[in-house]
Amino acid sequence: MDRTLDNLKQRKVKAFLFKSFVWFCGILTVGILIYILLFILLKGVPKINLKFLFGEYNSETLSVFSSMVTTVQMIVLSLLISVPIGVFCAIYLAEYAKRGNKAVKVIRLAIDTLAGIPSIVYGLFGMIFFVQILGFRASVLSGICTISIMILPVIISSSEEAIKSVPDTYREGSLGLGATRLRTVFRIVLPTAMPGILAGIILAIGRIVGETAALIFTSGTNVLKNPSLNLMASQRTLAIHMYMLASEGLPHSRDMAFATGSILILVVFVVNYATTKLAGRIGRSQ
Amino acid sequence: MQTRQSNFNEIVMQAIFFLSALISVLAVLAICLFLFMRGIPAISEIGFTDFIFNEKWGPVNIPASYGILSMIVGSIYVTAGAIVIGVPIGLMCAIFLSEFCPDNIYKIVKPAVNLLAGIPSIIYGFFGMQVIVPFVRENFGGNGYSILSASIILGIMILPTIISISESSIRAVPESYAEGSYGIGATKEETVFKVMVPAAKSGILTSIILGIGRAIGETMAVVMVAGNAVMPLNKIELLKPIRTLTTNIVTEMSYASGLHESALISTGVVLFVFIIILNASLSLISSKTQRN
Amino acid sequence: MTDKIKIENVDLFYGDFQALKNVNMNIKENEITAFIGPSGCGKSTLLKSLNRMNDLIEGVKITGRILLDDVDIYKDMDATVLRRRVGMVFQKPNPFPMSIYENVAYGPKTHGVKGKAQLDEIVEKSLRSAAMWDEVKDRLKKSALGLSGGQQQRLCIARAFSVNPEVILLDEPTSALDPISTMKIEDLLVEIKKDYTIIIVTHNMQQATRISDKTAFFLVGEIIEFDETERLFSMPKNKKTEDYITGRFG
Repeated sequence: MDRTLDNLKQRKVKAFLFKSFVWFCGILTVGILIYILLFILLKGVPKINLKFLFGEYNSETLSVFSSMVTTVQMIVLSLLISVPIGVFCAIYLAEYAKRGNKAVKVIRLAIDTLAGIPSIVYGLFGMIFFVQILGFRASVLSGICTISIMILPVIISSSEEAIKSVPDTYREGSLGLGATRLRTVFRIVLPTAMPGILAGIILAIGRIVGETAALIFTSGTNVLKNPSLNLMASQRTLAIHMYMLASEGLPHSRDMAFATGSILILVVFVVNYATTKLAGRIGRSQ
Repeated sequence: MQTRQSNFNEIVMQAIFFLSALISVLAVLAICLFLFMRGIPAISEIGFTDFIFNEKWGPVNIPASYGILSMIVGSIYVTAGAIVIGVPIGLMCAIFLSEFCPDNIYKIVKPAVNLLAGIPSIIYGFFGMQVIVPFVRENFGGNGYSILSASIILGIMILPTIISISESSIRAVPESYAEGSYGIGATKEETVFKVMVPAAKSGILTSIILGIGRAIGETMAVVMVAGNAVMPLNKIELLKPIRTLTTNIVTEMSYASGLHESALISTGVVLFVFIIILNASLSLISSKTQRN
Repeated sequence: MTDKIKIENVDLFYGDFQALKNVNMNIKENEITAFIGPSGCGKSTLLKSLNRMNDLIEGVKITGRILLDDVDIYKDMDATVLRRRVGMVFQKPNPFPMSIYENVAYGPKTHGVKGKAQLDEIVEKSLRSAAMWDEVKDRLKKSALGLSGGQQQRLCIARAFSVNPEVILLDEPTSALDPISTMKIEDLLVEIKKDYTIIIVTHNMQQATRISDKTAFFLVGEIIEFDETERLFSMPKNKKTEDYITGRFG
C-alpha cells in the first residue's frame, strides 16, 4: 500500500514537471517571437524618415525607395506569371485528373520537389539559365523568372486545397442546368474557392518580399538612385537592401538595416493578418 | 453549332490546364539538367574524391584546390545543432498547443507560430548577428560567429515547421486512444507522453525531416552568424566559425569565374542531392503510413 | 398523352457492380411519375441516367437506349443540351454561394441570354412558378445561403425552371425538409405538372400516393412493378411490392 502511494507521489511529481516544461516551451516560443519583433521594431521604427522612405538613394539616406518599387514590380509581374499557371495546374489536379493517373503522380512529385528546393539552389539555377544561357544578365527580369518558379508550389497547393473544398453539390447544380464543365469551373468553382486561392497568393507575396538567396545572383545587389521599372536593370529588392546594409558593418548602415527590417516585418504582419482572415472566411462559408 | 463551339473550348482549355500542370515537371527537369550540366563536369575535372573527401578549399591558391568536405561536415553540424535545439522545444510546444493550452492562450500562441513562419531569413540572420553572436561571445567565449550561433538561429527558424506539423499529427490521434489510457488510471501527462506522442510519431518524424531540409538549405541567416571561415576538420569546434555548403556559394559567387564558379555550382549540386535524399525519405514515410 | 421518355433495355454498371438490370419503361408527358424502393435499389441511379449526371462518375457503363422525344440521349444528343431540357433538383438544397437573383439567372446566362430586362423577366417568372416571388422579391441581391432549408430547395426548383426545361427530375427533394416546406413543394409539383413532365424519387410512400400519377417500385436494380399509383398501392400484382408497401421490409 505504501509502495503504491510512494509511486503515485512520484508519478504526480513527474507529471507536474512534464506539464511545467510543456508550458515553458509554449511560452518560450511566443517569447522568442516577441523578442525578435520588438528588437527590430524598437531600433528600426525611430530611424524611419521621409528621405529614407521616398528619397533618392545615396550613402547618407540609404533610401529604400527604389528597392521598394522593385519589390512591388517583382511581386506584380511574378504573380502575373505564376498565378495563372498555378491555378490552372490546381484545376487540372482537382477537377480533371483521373485517379491513379501516372502523369498526376509525376506532377505531384514535381510539385513536392519544387517545394523542398532551397532558395539558394533556385538562385543558382536562375543564374545559370536566365542570367547566362538566356542572356537576361543580372536583371530584374531574371529575378522575376526565378522567383515565379519558386512560388509555384505555394500557389498550386493552396489553390488545389481551396478547389477541393468546394462542395460537389455546387458542381452538380451547375452541370444539372446544362452548363459545361468549363463554365462550372470558372463561374461556380473558382469564385467559391477564391478566398483560399487569395490566401495562397498572399502567402506567395510574403515569400517574394522576404526572399534573398534566390535573388542575389539573379536580380543582383545593385541599387539605383531613383526608382526604375526597367526590367533589364540590375536592382535589389527590400530584403537584399537589408542584407547589404547589414553586411556593411557601419553604424549608420546598421541603423538603416533595422529600419528596413521594420518595414519587412510590417509587410509580414499584413500578409499574416490577411491570410488568417481569408482562411477564416473559407471556414465560415461551408 | 453552339455546342460544337463549347466542346472545342472545353478541349482547348483542358489541354491548357494539363500543360500548366506539366510546367512544374519541366521546371524540376530544367533545374536538375542545368545544375548537373554545369556541376558534374567540374566535379569530374576536380576529381570526385578530391571534391567530396578533401578538406582543402583554396580556389585562389596555386595550385588551386576544391575540396568541400569541411563544408559538408559544417552543414551537418549546424543542422544537427538546429535539431538538438529546435526539436525538443518545438515538440513540447506542439504538445502544449494540442493537449494543454487553454483556448484563450491558443489564440495567442498559434498566430505567433504562424508569424514566426512568415519572418524572412534575412531578419533572423540580422537578429542573430545583433543578439545571438554577442550573447555567445560574452557567455561562452570565442568571437561569437560560430557553429553554436548558427545552430541557435536555425533551431528557432525550424520551430514553426516542427510545431505545426507535429501539432496536427498529435491532434489526428483518435480520442479513443487517450480514453483507453485514462481508463487504466494514467495521468494526463502519462497519456500524452506514452500514448498520444508515440501514436503521432510518423507525423513528428515528417516534421523533423522537413526541419532538416529547411536548416540544411538555409543560406542568408547562416551566412550572417557563422563566420564563414573554412576550417580544417580537426579544428572544427562548437565556438569556432564554420562554413556550410550554402554559405560557400553565397560568399564566393560574386567574384568567382571559370572552374571556381563551376565548383560553387557543384557545391549546390551536392546540396541538391542532400535535399533529394530527404524528399525521398519523406515519401517513404508517407507511403509507409498510408499502408498501415 | 404521348410518351415523353422511353427507357429500353437499360443495364448500368459501376465498375463490376450492376446497378440497373434490364430496365424498360415509358414515361408520359404532363404526369408525375414516382420511383420508390429501398435504398440502393437503383431508383436514383436511373433518375440520374435520364439527364446523364452519371457521366460524371468514373467507371460508369450504360447499355440499352434512353429516348427523349424519340431521340437517343446518349448517342444523338449533347449532354449540355439534354440537361437544359431535363432539369434536376437534388436531395440536399444546393444553391450556389451567390445572390438569389444570380442563382436563378445563372441558368439562362449559361445558355446565352444576355439582356438585363430579359433576365429580370426570367428570374421573376421562375420565382413565381416556384411560389416564392413574394417571399424574396425584396431581397433578390441577398445571398441565397441566408434562406431557410425549405426556401433554398424552392429556389433550386426555381433555378431548374429558369432554363425552361421539359422534364424535371427530383431526387428525394424533401428528405431534408420540415413537413410544412414539404407540403409547399408537393403542392407546387401538382400545380406545375400541366406544363412539365415530372419524375420524383422518394423514400416516402405517402408522398408518392399524394402527388404521383404513376409509381415504379424498384428492388436491387430491377423494376418490380410499374403502374397507376392508385392501383399499385391498393392492389399490387407482385408479392414483393405488397411486402414493401405494407412495410414488411425496406
